[in-house]
Amino acid sequence: MDNILSIVTFIPALAALILVVFLRGEDEAAQRNAKYVALFATSVTFLVSLGIYFQFDPADTGFQFVEQSQWLLGLQYKMGVDGISVLFVMLTTFIMPLTILASWNVTARVKEYMVAFLLLETLMLGVFMALDLVLFYLFFEAGLIPMFLIIGIWGGKDRIYASFKFFLYTFLGSVLMLVAMVGMFADAGTTDIEVLMTHQFAFENYDLLGIHVVGGMQTLMFLAFFASFAVKMPMWPVHTWLPDAHVQAPTAGSVVLAAILLKMGGYGFLRFSLPMFPVGSEVMAPLVLWLSAIAIVYTSLVALVQEDMKKLIAYSSVAHMGFVTMGIFAANQQGVDGAIFQMLSHGFISAALFLIVGVIYDRMHTREIEAYGGLVVRMPAFALVFMFFTMGNVGLPGTSGFIGEFLTLAGIFQVNTWVAAVATSGVIFSACYALWLYRRVVFGDLIKESLKTITDMTARERFIFAPLIAMTLLLGIYPSLVTDIIGPSTTALISNFDTSLAAAEAASQHASN
Amino acid sequence: METIILFAPLVGSLICGFGWKLIGETAALWVSTGLLFLSALLSWAVFVNFDGVTEQVQILRFIESGSLTTDWSIRLDRLTAIMLIVITTVSSLVHLYSFGYMDKDPQWKEGETYKPRFFAYLSFFTFAMLALVTADNLVQMFFGWEGVGVASYLLIGFYYRKPSANAAAIKAFVVNRVGDFGFSLGIFTLFFLVDSINFDDIFSAAPTLAETQLTFLWSEWNAANLVAVLLFIGAMGKSAQLFLHTWLPDAMEGPTPVSALIHAATMVTAGVFLVCRMSPLMEFAPEAMAFVTVLGATTAFFAATVGLVQTDIKRVIAYSTCSQLGYMFVAAGVGMYSAAMFHLLTHAFFKALLFLGAGSVIHAMHHEQDMTNYGALRKRIPYTYWAMMIGTLAITGVGIPLTQIGFAGFLSKDAIIESAWAGGSSYGFWLLVIAAAFTSFYSWRLMFLTFYGQARGDKHTHEHAHESPLTMLIPLGVLSLGAVLAGMVWYSSFFGHADQVGKFYGIPVAEAGAYGEETSVEGDHGTESQSAESQGHGEGAGDAATVEGEHHYVFAGRPGEGALYFGKDNHVLDDAHAAPVWVKVSPFVAMLGGLIMAIWFYILNPSLPGRLAENQRPLYLFLKNKWYFDEIYAAIFVRPVIGIGRVLWKRGDGSAIDGFLNGVALGIVPFFTRLAGRAQSGFIFTYAFWMVLGIAALVTWMTIGGGAH
Repeated sequence: MDNILSIVTFIPALAALILVVFLRGEDEAAQRNAKYVALFATSVTFLVSLGIYFQFDPADTGFQFVEQSQWLLGLQYKMGVDGISVLFVMLTTFIMPLTILASWNVTARVKEYMVAFLLLETLMLGVFMALDLVLFYLFFEAGLIPMFLIIGIWGGKDRIYASFKFFLYTFLGSVLMLVAMVGMFADAGTTDIEVLMTHQFAFENYDLLGIHVVGGMQTLMFLAFFASFAVKMPMWPVHTWLPDAHVQAPTAGSVVLAAILLKMGGYGFLRFSLPMFPVGSEVMAPLVLWLSAIAIVYTSLVALVQEDMKKLIAYSSVAHMGFVTMGIFAANQQGVDGAIFQMLSHGFISAALFLIVGVIYDRMHTREIEAYGGLVVRMPAFALVFMFFTMGNVGLPGTSGFIGEFLTLAGIFQVNTWVAAVATSGVIFSACYALWLYRRVVFGDLIKESLKTITDMTARERFIFAPLIAMTLLLGIYPSLVTDIIGPSTTALISNFDTSLAAAEAASQHASN
Repeated sequence: METIILFAPLVGSLICGFGWKLIGETAALWVSTGLLFLSALLSWAVFVNFDGVTEQVQILRFIESGSLTTDWSIRLDRLTAIMLIVITTVSSLVHLYSFGYMDKDPQWKEGETYKPRFFAYLSFFTFAMLALVTADNLVQMFFGWEGVGVASYLLIGFYYRKPSANAAAIKAFVVNRVGDFGFSLGIFTLFFLVDSINFDDIFSAAPTLAETQLTFLWSEWNAANLVAVLLFIGAMGKSAQLFLHTWLPDAMEGPTPVSALIHAATMVTAGVFLVCRMSPLMEFAPEAMAFVTVLGATTAFFAATVGLVQTDIKRVIAYSTCSQLGYMFVAAGVGMYSAAMFHLLTHAFFKALLFLGAGSVIHAMHHEQDMTNYGALRKRIPYTYWAMMIGTLAITGVGIPLTQIGFAGFLSKDAIIESAWAGGSSYGFWLLVIAAAFTSFYSWRLMFLTFYGQARGDKHTHEHAHESPLTMLIPLGVLSLGAVLAGMVWYSSFFGHADQVGKFYGIPVAEAGAYGEETSVEGDHGTESQSAESQGHGEGAGDAATVEGEHHYVFAGRPGEGALYFGKDNHVLDDAHAAPVWVKVSPFVAMLGGLIMAIWFYILNPSLPGRLAENQRPLYLFLKNKWYFDEIYAAIFVRPVIGIGRVLWKRGDGSAIDGFLNGVALGIVPFFTRLAGRAQSGFIFTYAFWMVLGIAALVTWMTIGGGAH
């Protein structure tokens, strides 16, 4: 299959099209059909994507399965994966069938709901595969729209505020990125990402509006991309859209948001910022590192005092993403490996945590922590699953959560011990908020009248958690599953980064002589 | 065989925890217990047959990233072997004991199944602890380290209906995480400096570390000292040393078998094990070692003072544990790791015995834990009484001074006190001697309050006090045996002459005369010279005695050779043996003093303690409230952190960030919100919806169209 990437990407879109064109009516049968079509399509996407996984050659650090063809208007369609992106593709195809299953009880506008999720999958996969600036931008921005709709239509009671906040935050960030992309095209004469990665953008210092810009154009472009990716991550202090979005989004929306959409920022840093603007990255790295360290401690402390379960988990997500940005901008092997690992791991663990909230939200229709307590008495299976992912969330060794934190911290320690120490203290706070949440919801005696008849997880719910538990455990015990695949590509990324920096260093010294 | 030892408890835990519905509750409990006994049996076989040569068994690849490569693997040396027997023996006995103790637990309602969960946790704990001690690198050790932390958390909070148990469980986990913060930074520092976190690499790099300077945070540090201190912070958390000790007394909220296994015999000794494991590094970090000594001695003293006035039987023993761990750290701190391991071993026996004995008392008294409601139980529960008596004789260190005949604690504790003196730490020496007097006092106080005097408290409970079932008495018997014999049997291996200790740990030794030429011994890698030594001693005790008379040996291993490392200047073992008589008898005198005071206070003049507490009220309250550590921590850590969290949330995220960004956006969000509010009917969404579809269709068409070119 020469165009397996396109096939994987567009199966969900095709299914969405089928739903729109052929499915009529709002009755129960139609709803059921919509669900089954969506489930079938996402499952097939996953199965086909396994072909990518098994045929992928980790030793080859270049792009694989590359497809290239001309579009209209002189633009090109180019897709491909390397060691950095291939596992994000797998994460996406893995998570989507689970989110469809988790949406089995949706009753409002089921067809549109499924269409939105299917389109979202196509767009997200496109982001991780696109090898052309314009194509990337298209996927990256278009992905906002279905998410915006998912929050806005199927969300909670403040969904309008949350969806607009989400949309504006991320959209405004992207506008700057678009400007930088135009600049890149003007400078390099191409929008091909593969070519751009070897193009050297100007890094001579210059003055702009009276400000001395170290690293010149690279720094400016870095900042423009940073504006978009930092919001997407989200990094402190532009994270405040995330708790609102999560709280208002339906369960499946939160899952996709946390597990996949947030990863686009981290992926962007690895695909664009480090390889294309090495000097800019180097100049801005200290800032990014400190923002990450602050994010870890700050959001952990805020998580500690939350009264809404989803908000708590959302804040904990921001803290975990802090490890990612920290690892990336440590710019060494352990840091970058750890960052990718952390993103994948967070994909499973945060997805599971939002699903866990979904399980009890479906029963009690509240996310207030205060409304619960003593669930273990009536929901032992739920308690077990929740405990497992709580431990994953606090980064217990043996779960995937540990590997990412450990590697990023080992990476950053070689760069800046202050940042490392501040970030490491995050492991204390994460234990506080996660265990405190668990204790209030699950432990204690079951005395609240409303909870006396609550039922344990259904077979469908258990089935959703099983693969997530398996992955969390598997990656925690045998992380080579991931590091074997990403290792060579990250090594290449780091060595290119170091070479470019050395070259820039030499050039600037030459210039000053 | 090591692999079976390690994984049998895990298998037992999984079968018991998940399979009990299939195979039945009783069968599940027996499966986990049986596998633990299998593990214990094999451990003893390994321990007895161990020949001093370090073995490494690779199981699976673990974290690999660039130059960081680690494996799941088993490192079997003498240290591991000692820990294996301690862990599996106590654990299997505690499993057995739990059959009796956990039966018909009043904390649970009729029809609730809790025993498989309890046994599964116990077995899981054992697995994690074994993973910790068999680790061949710091990450796997950290896995076990945190794994036992989780097991401890789950078991402390086992009675999940009790708010106090939940609070204690979280406290234990979080305080341990504070220690782990230091531990992790230590690992990162080592990786940064050595480019590896496997023990072999670290050990061989240790001498270089001593000469390396490193910038860490605000200052320049000596690398070896920095790493040693950071790792020791981890040990402080796990082993409940001063400042990070607050979780241990609260951990007594867990069922008593848990206290015996985790919070006395095994998990809390992990810190001591860590320091001993890192002995090649510690030997090059003199300042860090001094810190370890001082902190250990202070903890031993502090915990003993608090133990004097507690009335909850389990809390007394908990503070006693804390204090005894301090002893072990002093031994390690002055460089006598072997003595630390000795006390670790004997302490495991007699402290587990004391806890299980206390459990038996509690069981008999219908879960009453306050000693002021005990008294005169000697006749009612005679077996428990004798077990507790043996435990008390062992912990207080009863034996014949200046000989090697005595209860387990007599030999190991005296070894530590002599080492402290020989190590030149007079602070450590005197605090430990004083603590020994206190230990004797509170241990006998416990005995007298529980078993002697008048029956106090609820009459009905006393009348129904009954001896425990056989499943509980057998473990008491086995542990009693250990508490009597462990010291005498292994004295020479742990604290004999250098050649005996060297042989035990697989450390090459050289004749003292040849010390200057020890390179030649190093050259042939120790094993040969060591096997020559062992042959020399295999010829019989009498012969060995004459050999010792003529030859004098010193340790001559390189870092990482053998299970422990003693630096060239480390003469503590010899100096301890040559300590003056007053040093050697001082712990015995202290013990007698404590005993006499206890008899005076609680047998001869029972009204004295109450009057003293009245007269010295501030001191009494200070001790009773554990030096006010909990209150101070609540005031300077817990409440401020929550306060800061609230401020950051409301003021930081709310007013500052959202306020600022909304301001920048010139109220765009509210504007759109209003706009959208008017369009609630869904027009805008339908519109947007079709827009997405349009984009998707466009992309698809372009792709297909493009592909045709």
